[in-house]
Amino acid sequence: MTISPAPADSSINPPLLEASGLSKTFGIIEVLKDISLTVRAGEVHAIIGENGAGKSTLMKILAGNHQPTRGEIRMDGAPVSFSGPVDAENHGIVLVHQEILLAPDLTVAQNIYLGRELRKGLVVDDQAMRSGARQAIVDLGGYIDPDTIVSRLSIAQRQLVQIARVLLVPHRIVIFDEPTASLTPHETEALLKVIRDIRAKGVGVLYISHRLPEVKEIADRVTVLRDGRLVGSHDAAELQPADMARLMVGRDVAKLYPDRHAAEVRQAVLEVEGFDVPGFARDAGFTLRKGEILGFAGLIGAGRTELMEGLVGLRPAKGKVVLNGHTVSFTDVHSSLKAGVAYLSEDRKGKGLLLTKDLRVNLTLASLGKFIRGLQIDRKREAEALDNAIRDFDIRTGTKNILAGQLSGGNQQKLLLAKMMMLDPQVVIIDEPTRGIDIGNKEQIYKFIAALAEEGRSIIVVSSEMPELIGICDRILVMRTGRIVGEVQGENMTENEIVELATGVNAGAVA
Amino acid sequence: MSAATTDTAKIPKTSRDWDMAAIAPFVALALLLVLGYFANPNFVSVANLTNVITRSAFIAIIALGATYVISSGGLDLSVGAMVAFVASLMILFMNTGAIGDPMLMLVAAMLVALGLGAACGLANGLITTVGKIEPFIATLGTMGIYRGLTTWLSQGGSITVRDRELQQLYRPVYFGDVFGVPIPIIVIFATAALAAFVLYRTRYGRHLIAVGSNEEVARYSGISVQKVRTIAYIVQGLCVAVAVIIYVPRLGSTSATTGILWELQAITAVVVGGTALRGGVGRIWGTVCGAFILEIVGNIMLLSNFVSEYLIGAIQGAIIIIAMLVQRSLMRK
Repeated sequence: MTISPAPADSSINPPLLEASGLSKTFGIIEVLKDISLTVRAGEVHAIIGENGAGKSTLMKILAGNHQPTRGEIRMDGAPVSFSGPVDAENHGIVLVHQEILLAPDLTVAQNIYLGRELRKGLVVDDQAMRSGARQAIVDLGGYIDPDTIVSRLSIAQRQLVQIARVLLVPHRIVIFDEPTASLTPHETEALLKVIRDIRAKGVGVLYISHRLPEVKEIADRVTVLRDGRLVGSHDAAELQPADMARLMVGRDVAKLYPDRHAAEVRQAVLEVEGFDVPGFARDAGFTLRKGEILGFAGLIGAGRTELMEGLVGLRPAKGKVVLNGHTVSFTDVHSSLKAGVAYLSEDRKGKGLLLTKDLRVNLTLASLGKFIRGLQIDRKREAEALDNAIRDFDIRTGTKNILAGQLSGGNQQKLLLAKMMMLDPQVVIIDEPTRGIDIGNKEQIYKFIAALAEEGRSIIVVSSEMPELIGICDRILVMRTGRIVGEVQGENMTENEIVELATGVNAGAVA
Repeated sequence: MSAATTDTAKIPKTSRDWDMAAIAPFVALALLLVLGYFANPNFVSVANLTNVITRSAFIAIIALGATYVISSGGLDLSVGAMVAFVASLMILFMNTGAIGDPMLMLVAAMLVALGLGAACGLANGLITTVGKIEPFIATLGTMGIYRGLTTWLSQGGSITVRDRELQQLYRPVYFGDVFGVPIPIIVIFATAALAAFVLYRTRYGRHLIAVGSNEEVARYSGISVQKVRTIAYIVQGLCVAVAVIIYVPRLGSTSATTGILWELQAITAVVVGGTALRGGVGRIWGTVCGAFILEIVGNIMLLSNFVSEYLIGAIQGAIIIIAMLVQRSLMRK
């Protein structure tokens, strides 16, 4: 990892933007209170905080999506107020959204110029847009054929296209909202380089992220928010990731990962042999033991998710699967759940929860059979089950009548876990258990996972966050391009070892 | 239990806000009744209202089935043609005289209608789920098939119940009443009560809403999306059959043009009733209310002198657009 030094004089650069005393109220809840912050040219200013701390609201105010209830924004010393995102763009403030907002059926060039097509007379000038798009991506240090249809691109490539599209607007301040949430370490490195290049051009960068080591690596200044209030702004050099975590949570996060005593070798619960998921995974074989937490590492696209989806019957697959000594073959989730194998999707919002339905409906969706009395669903027992789940999984919600989509990411994950645990599964497969979740909730989810294993359940954790796998797993299998290429455990559970296996490159030798 | 005491008002958008959309059609119905009174005081007479509601029965009952299909994320354009098709076969069955006893024959004919309705629904369901064809296209196709078969069966004309005795026996199913309440009105409310029970209280109903709300979440929760959707189409077919059972005794005959544009009226009733066309929300009583609104608007236009009754189609078209605008503005809050 090379860390290009921050421009030494960034702190004496004139402030591009100064916000003072920003507050925002929705209804009667105050989500932001008295936030002040300065963005200077040529500096990366990170905003960190737990989910619900107000980061997104602050960014939306600065990008013109929301108007502040109180407070003032100045640019170059003069007060400004943005009537909308377009107005903010006219002032040179652009936002790179966390979600990929591209039209999947259009080409890279068409997406980059969407809504601001170049024209020659009455017709669009495809030639100019194609070369403009190519250049915009080359400027970001990548290469993508501008005629490629966006749906064929990887997530990282799509993000590059999205950034290129945003940077086409003349800009002085770029806001990145959790840009690395779905990137692999490799892709994250590439993105951080892009951000450094942007900074080097004298642009001010606001950078929101949960990933503290990455914040430490890229940021010149760090502003911490907690519960909608400003905790403080610091020079990044003064803070270690642990300090940032402490400031965010408001207490010491001494230990993120729970204690796990090395489990004695127990009987095999799930044995997989020669398992193929056509197009995604080939000849997978592994054994999962009782009370064990088994990790699956690998780059995005290595086939981990697809392998798991194949195992539980969500995708066509073939191969030998033995559960408790009996050969099984799951053709749909119904059969795998019935056999005691539960899969929690990495895509919480798209595949895990009904966001527009309330917590009760979500909690019992997979286990409704348990709540039937006569012909009817017993709503009283459902309500009791929800009370229990809220207590057992510490789901933080003001009211039980809330919709699942209104919960924070961490609480959604807890609800999803609670939903699947209603079925009392023996094998629990959790895909990206903490993606997009703040540190306080992460710690809790690790604790829950460890507790499930302690109860004698067998757990598979699929994750792109290596520290997390190393922190909670007994063993880790590494996948590369559809195959399980190695296993690490004990002393060998290091990031280097995993990266070597995942990339097929001897990382130690390169560094 | 952490903070159950925090009041609901603090959360900007809870499930409760949907209630606004749920009561809107009933408010509209009440306003229409007031408007009707001013247009013509005779409008609110019991006789007139009973009459109007009786006439709304076909659309109301078909729309109950459409509520299921639409809530599951589907659409059925074939219902109007299905009415004609099922009615023709039902009458043709009665005309075979296969069963001597008229009462027995009538019961058998009703069962035949229900069986045919279920089969037509099953066909729609399988084409969309197993055949993986867009519901719009699939049911556009079956609409043509059912309508075409009807035209062929009737040779472009009409099909009439030949047996006088059978006709006399059957008549009360549309024209009769129980304690002064016309039978079609009883059928509307009985069907709606059953539909509401299944949708709101049973496992199938919950699964249906889950499938319409997010198919993937349903699949990952172990729900068979295809089965749930197919059953919704069968429910639609059964509702069509029930509508046919009360339709046939009205005229004692059916023709190639029976039920034309009923699919649009049914969908309008569903949408006016507050069910979301994208699926995931089903409002049974709203649908009944929507069907009443459509019929009442027509009735008011007939009774009043300011608007020509030839404009009924245009007014109904305007109603669906207004209903959508109102729904959306209520949801934004």
